[in-house]
Amino acid sequence: MTATTTATTLGGHEPPHTHHGMPASASAAGPAPKRIIIAYGFWLFLLSDIVMFSAFFATFAVLGKATAGGPTGAELFDARNVAVETALLLFSSFSCGMMSLAMDARHRGTFYLGAAITFILGLGFLVLEMREFANMVARGATADRSAFLSGFFTLVGCHGAHVAVGLLWLGVMVAQVADKGWRATVLHRLMCFSLFWHALDIIWVALFTIVYLMGVR
Amino acid sequence: MADTTQEHTHGGDTAPGDSREELLSSLKAYVIGLALAIILTATSFWAASTHVLWQPGVPIGLAVLAVAQMGVHLVFFLHITTGPDNTNNVLALAFGVLIVFLVVAGSLWIMANLRANMMPLEMMDLHHQR
Amino acid sequence: MFGKLSWSAIPINEPIDMIASGLMILAVLGVLAWVTVKGYWPYLWREWLTSVDHKRIGVMYVVLALVMLLRGFTDAVMMRLQQAVSVGPDAGYLPPEHYNQIFSAHGTIMIFFMAMPFVIGLMNFAVPLQLGIRDVAFPTLNSVSLWLTASGILLTNLSLVVGEFARTGWLAYPPLSELKYSPGVGVDYYLWALQISGVGTLLSGINLATTILKMRAPGMSYMRMPVFCWTALASNLLIIAAFPVLTATFAMLLLDRYLGMHFFTADGDGNPMMYVNLIWVWGHPEVYILILPCFGVFSEVVSTFSGKPLFGYRSMVAATMAICILSFIVWLHHFFTMGAGANVNGFFGVMTMIIAVPTGVKVYNWLFTMYGGRVRFNAPILWSVGFMVTFVIGGMTGVLLAVPPADFILHNSLFLIAHFHNVIIGGVVFGVLAGYMYWFPKAFGFTLDEGWGKVSFWCWFVGFYLAFMPLYYLGMLGMTRRLQHYDNPGWQPWLIVAAVGVAFILAGILALIIQLVVSMRTRERRRDRTGDPWQGRTLEWSTSSPPPAWNFAVLPQVEREDAYWHMKRRAREERAAAAEALAYEPIHMPLNSPTGFVTAFFAVVTGFALIWHIWWLVILGLVGALITTLVFAWRDESEFEIAAEELAQVDRAHQQAYWAGDTP
Repeated sequence: MTATTTATTLGGHEPPHTHHGMPASASAAGPAPKRIIIAYGFWLFLLSDIVMFSAFFATFAVLGKATAGGPTGAELFDARNVAVETALLLFSSFSCGMMSLAMDARHRGTFYLGAAITFILGLGFLVLEMREFANMVARGATADRSAFLSGFFTLVGCHGAHVAVGLLWLGVMVAQVADKGWRATVLHRLMCFSLFWHALDIIWVALFTIVYLMGVR
Repeated sequence: MADTTQEHTHGGDTAPGDSREELLSSLKAYVIGLALAIILTATSFWAASTHVLWQPGVPIGLAVLAVAQMGVHLVFFLHITTGPDNTNNVLALAFGVLIVFLVVAGSLWIMANLRANMMPLEMMDLHHQR
Repeated sequence: MFGKLSWSAIPINEPIDMIASGLMILAVLGVLAWVTVKGYWPYLWREWLTSVDHKRIGVMYVVLALVMLLRGFTDAVMMRLQQAVSVGPDAGYLPPEHYNQIFSAHGTIMIFFMAMPFVIGLMNFAVPLQLGIRDVAFPTLNSVSLWLTASGILLTNLSLVVGEFARTGWLAYPPLSELKYSPGVGVDYYLWALQISGVGTLLSGINLATTILKMRAPGMSYMRMPVFCWTALASNLLIIAAFPVLTATFAMLLLDRYLGMHFFTADGDGNPMMYVNLIWVWGHPEVYILILPCFGVFSEVVSTFSGKPLFGYRSMVAATMAICILSFIVWLHHFFTMGAGANVNGFFGVMTMIIAVPTGVKVYNWLFTMYGGRVRFNAPILWSVGFMVTFVIGGMTGVLLAVPPADFILHNSLFLIAHFHNVIIGGVVFGVLAGYMYWFPKAFGFTLDEGWGKVSFWCWFVGFYLAFMPLYYLGMLGMTRRLQHYDNPGWQPWLIVAAVGVAFILAGILALIIQLVVSMRTRERRRDRTGDPWQGRTLEWSTSSPPPAWNFAVLPQVEREDAYWHMKRRAREERAAAAEALAYEPIHMPLNSPTGFVTAFFAVVTGFALIWHIWWLVILGLVGALITTLVFAWRDESEFEIAAEELAQVDRAHQQAYWAGDTP
């Protein structure tokens, strides 16, 4: 008898149920559902990633004029190439959004189409970036030429590496959808992927503005 | 996944990337976001290449356009809004932005100050290190 | 085939190196042999190495930290002995290049592999219990974090046997750490070990911050969280914000070393000062990452052993969050002398003095909590009181160093060494040891021996003052740091006193070991059957000791701060009253997973291959890590169910034991 009494008072009660449209406050409801926890954790990861980029941005800004007599940004950058890259990434962000909507509607065909378009646009971006790097290297503008070029290749290359990882991830997710269907873990991962892809586009906005547009002035 | 509706609403919480309002969750939000992003990007590239504008003002203009575009992406693609259910996501973002600002602005200030206060490299005897 | 690796990497010609690595290998082999002979491998693998239970992961972090405390302390003893003898004609027993490795390893190990794992271990163990929940947000990721930290530790210790460690000081400033001036593998060991363990730390920070922000027991609003959870939140937010900067900075130094880039080189228009700037953008928050959870431990300990709610809970929370932000605007005080102008130095000096204010608020809060309380002087509160005295002194010398003109005189001297050991030993070490003794009964179900705990405290306390007060004085006499040899015989007596202090600290560490052994031998006598040995105030004490894997059979309903204290009082009042039986429902717990351990294995392989330029092995390691991730991603079962009957049985047994041991 004692045991049951204390179990109530020491142990507590079931969390109050929440109703759609009338949510109890977060703290009253107990731990959040898995989906929210995962997305929030991934959101924190993205913020940490952005902080990491900020260190590369700061270094690039400090070393921006440190060309050691080598080529400058104005001599190397091709605005048209950057514009095309920007467009590819922007549209891939949009098609990634379409992919999310298809996922919400559990519409596999549209989902695969969205994923394919996102992948191709992302790949196109990477190819253009690689071509730009190759052209620069061919002109003697290598990463070990000057501090400015070290900063440039590292900052832009770090974003490119993120895009490459994103492509790999997208491929894995398509395989998972095909293999496992719309199970909860797959949906959670797809949600994280779309956050990742959109975040990469946000970083690219800072990148083309600071490196390419301001860097040539 | 029968319980997705329940998973979507928890104690007034939303996940980053979640869109609860019908308007935002729809295709329309993505289209609006895309259109705004295209306009802002195009303006940036135009402003950087044209000679019509007052040149010293261009970098500030580019910065403003970039910040605006990041905001567009956040609201229309990532669905981060200032609604009450989004508080935690926005607070985390605000913390991140503050840190980014401190790291970048602090470093630039410190390094510029060092440069201004130190002897130019050419005058130092670096034992032919360069 | 094997890159830079050859037989000459093993330092056969250096007797001290060989003895040290021989002893280390013997110790490791001894432990492995013992485990094998006893047949513990299956148990270890199933219950510990693959565990995703936050409590066990916390315990393993603390074990790592304690082992590394011994390793780092050995370095300290060697340095103190060297400085006690190496004056004038006597060169001491350590050659300069070896001495340089030792002080570099000492700093690196103590900060990254002793203090960090200890603090993270305590947070891992206590935070979910205090929040009244069953695990952290991402249990498998937690295991990955632990094992990545262990990988960093393994690589660092490997450098003792194969190759060498950095000779550049614990932060590896360029251009000294660049390839041109440090062509060996020492700096590469340093960088890769810290990159790998840094990823682990970042993931752990994300994990715990998400846990605290999204997974509290029903009713536990922010202002009802225990202060330790608040400090853990601040600390983990700082990890999320600061560690990426460290990763980026080290990445750039690695690019300089591996691809000939020019970020921080003296040539190619590189800027070494940018490295110093960035490393301290991480470095200053880092000290608060370490100290804030310790502030939380002291808050819990002081409040519990004074039998009073914490004085000024809200001001404590405000002070913690203020420190969290302010710690990001003070980093330049680590390099006042690098050449910035008066405006920059002035700004950062003033900010540094301001950050002392919230810390001062905390000290008053602890004092006022004890004031008027019925203080029980158990070992944990001895560490807390010792901390308050010591930390205030360290804080004041810190404010002194925050004055740029004073810093110009004292920087790079032993005064600085004395200052940061004053706050790190007096704050972090005393804090984690207080937490160790406070939560040990919760983790293992029996209390630690009080007598040896007190002996350990007094040895550490006296030892600290003997070892570091002379260094303040020597610093003011002008003795710089990191001296392998000196010519001023006037300094020697003070360095001998410091060496005697280290002997006292050694006694303190031995007392810790004896305490553990004695307590384990007499554990049946010292069983904690109530789950509440200290008359605790927070939820971790409401479950049994050790807690079941699921922590709480039913998540507690929190109605105010000091939740457990009020539950107990109400429970006593309502003891006679009839109440309905509690409804137990089956719960799901995450399955154990070897993912963390296997990922870390490949991380070690990759790191080692990168250090020695064995490129095919790098690819092999990366592919292995990728496959591990994919296998994890494709698994079908991630949770198992625990039946309601089992929960009910275990829970009722605990309640009965609690009331049997309760004396109202």
